[in-house]
Amino acid sequence: MEEHHGLNYVRTEMLGEQAPPVSEVGAVRWVRENLFSGWVNTILTVISLAVIAWAVMAIGPWLLNSVWEAESLAQCREILAAAGAVNEHGTFGACWGVINDRWHQLLFGFYPPELYWRPILAFVLMLVALAPVLFPNVPRKWLFFSVAYPFIGFFLLWGGTVWLPLMIAAGFVVGYIAARLTSGYSTLITSAAAIIAPLIWWFYLMGPVTEALHSMIPIGLEAVQSNDFGGFMLSIIIGVTGIVLSLPLGILLALGRQSNMPLIKTICVVFIEFVRGVPLITLLFTASLLLNYFLPPGTNFDLILRVIIMVTLFATAYMAEVIRGGLAALPNGQYEAADALGLDYWKAQRLIIMPQALKISIPGIVNTFIGLFKDTTLVVFIGLLDPIGLSSAIRASSDWQGIYWELFIFIGAIFWIFCFGMSRYSMYLERRLKTDHR
Amino acid sequence: MKKSVFLGTLTVAGLAAGMAAAGTLEDVQERGTLNCGVSTGVNGFSAPDANGVWQGFDVAICRAVAAAVLDDPMAVNFVPTTGQTRFTALASGEIDMLARNTTWTLSRDVDLGFTFVGVNYYDGQGFITNRELGVSSATELDGATVCIQTGTTTELNLADFFRANNMTYEPVPIETNAEAQQQYLAGACDTYTTDASGLAATRASFSAPGDHVILPEIISKEPLGPLVRQGDDEWADIVRWTLNALVAAEELGITSTNLDQMTAGTDNPEINRMMGTEGSLGEMLGLEADWAVRAIAASGNYGEIFAANIGEQTPVGLARGLNAQWTQGGLMYAPPFR
Repeated sequence: MEEHHGLNYVRTEMLGEQAPPVSEVGAVRWVRENLFSGWVNTILTVISLAVIAWAVMAIGPWLLNSVWEAESLAQCREILAAAGAVNEHGTFGACWGVINDRWHQLLFGFYPPELYWRPILAFVLMLVALAPVLFPNVPRKWLFFSVAYPFIGFFLLWGGTVWLPLMIAAGFVVGYIAARLTSGYSTLITSAAAIIAPLIWWFYLMGPVTEALHSMIPIGLEAVQSNDFGGFMLSIIIGVTGIVLSLPLGILLALGRQSNMPLIKTICVVFIEFVRGVPLITLLFTASLLLNYFLPPGTNFDLILRVIIMVTLFATAYMAEVIRGGLAALPNGQYEAADALGLDYWKAQRLIIMPQALKISIPGIVNTFIGLFKDTTLVVFIGLLDPIGLSSAIRASSDWQGIYWELFIFIGAIFWIFCFGMSRYSMYLERRLKTDHR
Repeated sequence: MKKSVFLGTLTVAGLAAGMAAAGTLEDVQERGTLNCGVSTGVNGFSAPDANGVWQGFDVAICRAVAAAVLDDPMAVNFVPTTGQTRFTALASGEIDMLARNTTWTLSRDVDLGFTFVGVNYYDGQGFITNRELGVSSATELDGATVCIQTGTTTELNLADFFRANNMTYEPVPIETNAEAQQQYLAGACDTYTTDASGLAATRASFSAPGDHVILPEIISKEPLGPLVRQGDDEWADIVRWTLNALVAAEELGITSTNLDQMTAGTDNPEINRMMGTEGSLGEMLGLEADWAVRAIAASGNYGEIFAANIGEQTPVGLARGLNAQWTQGGLMYAPPFR
């Protein structure tokens, strides 16, 4: 037994943990699995690296030679030449002086500089107003502010008398009162009263009342004309208004298209198919050119307002189809279950159908939003000075003629921030809604 | 019935349009601002500066009219228009006048229903090439690749010119002036052709302007001028004679600096009539007696406006050429103020 004592076949103590092979940990493993996992991937990786290296080599020196302090392109070139940044085509380097000189125009257009606080405040308040709509852990009471925001935003941006936005808002109260007064009669009469009464108010009564109130209590901000609007401020005004209005209108249109009532269904189908069949640029030209012929001259129907209406109509038609896709994806059982619970049409939509249909449609909805926001640059063709329009206006001044990339990189970067933000939010929303329903 | 209501509305709108168009002067005076259509940006002619104030040769005409009518050169609401929107904006009454380097042609004057009130810049189409190419005349461009903006009259002029001289060329179609500059500098074409004023402005923006030469041939006539709607002769007269006043002021030696002296009264009766110290020219136009004084005070006489915006001392660097006074061998000729 003694000699067998050393031949111990059973370990009495555990071996210490060994480090995993180098190829299975950390960066090396990640690189092996993600970049070189097969010969196809290896080739693609090498090609991609070569392209990136080439791009960096091409753009890097240009960016490194950046000039920020210059009053004009000529001065910029002098600075670059003095620094020795020259190649066979002349001076070589980014001239960010143009952004330094004109950033305020790219952001605000010709809005009076001493009033910049107004669009900035309007933008911050817009974020506040959007918060309760976008995030669940914001107090619900903030929604009241969201409802009031359009009037606050209008007042801050355009200025003028405080009574105008208040009286426009009063139109909704008029509609509500009219609906309450006629609530004893049939739904048709109530709806008609709720629509016609505010229209009468807005078109006929509001003007004199506003003037009378303003002459009695003149409160207001300095008025700013639409002509002074431009740059990203204009893009955001058109884009956000279009986005906010197109969703509810799109839902109504999608429901209308599925309606059993032939008249409503026909109207919705005709509208959607017409707008989808026409390019946005055509609608914009209609807004800027054709409407002028039909409206009596002297009617001051704001161009930006006309454009907003057209952009909203355009986005609405697309939105309606996106939501119809969501509705079609719901199994029939959901509709039948809602009926079986004894819910009426609107309750069924609100509680059963829409929450599910909208959830399915989120990627499509956000897609439409991002597309709409980027489409706002099309207004350059009707002479509105959005960022792209301003870039050519800036180039038209003797100081900056001949400058391209710096302006477009700046504009592209800001658009990217907005669009990437929207896309990240939609991914967050999808994740959140998925866990909610699990 | 619905149709008749619709048509009726249209008729009323049309009538209202006709009535409103009859009194542009009253509209402008009532509004307190002049709506002037300009381009969205052409170097030297109209562009906003860093403070958002519009500057340029065309802009100065708008300011002169505003000064004559409203006594305030800054009371102009500049409406940026594109090549597509400019004529509709004017026809629909959105703007009171258009000063957007627009070529005076018969069809625009007659068929589109506008009135060109004069010419503020005589332009023509030219060519720019690299000095290394060794070309000294456009007739030596046989077989050249030419950068050309599509859908413009310059495209047609180019084809005519090469055919008349029995030469061939290869067009490189481009969309905008900015694109043309890039293509030309990158060597995509031997020569770039557009209005000579545009070529000069473009060359001024190159990093090495001296390497490029603008060829002496001008192959088309491009008289650029302000225009108004047809049918309101009173308003057309005001714009026309404001432009004439600027031109005549240069001829008569009236500048923004000696304006006070000239207004005080001179031995030249024509100057006195223009300054409103004699006769009643302002009254005939429906304006105040010192209308021309204000117009000239806005940004100087024609020569001063030219020098300040596109003249040889500016980066655009255009010589007066055809735009000199008739007494200096140019075409600028204002009818008498009598």
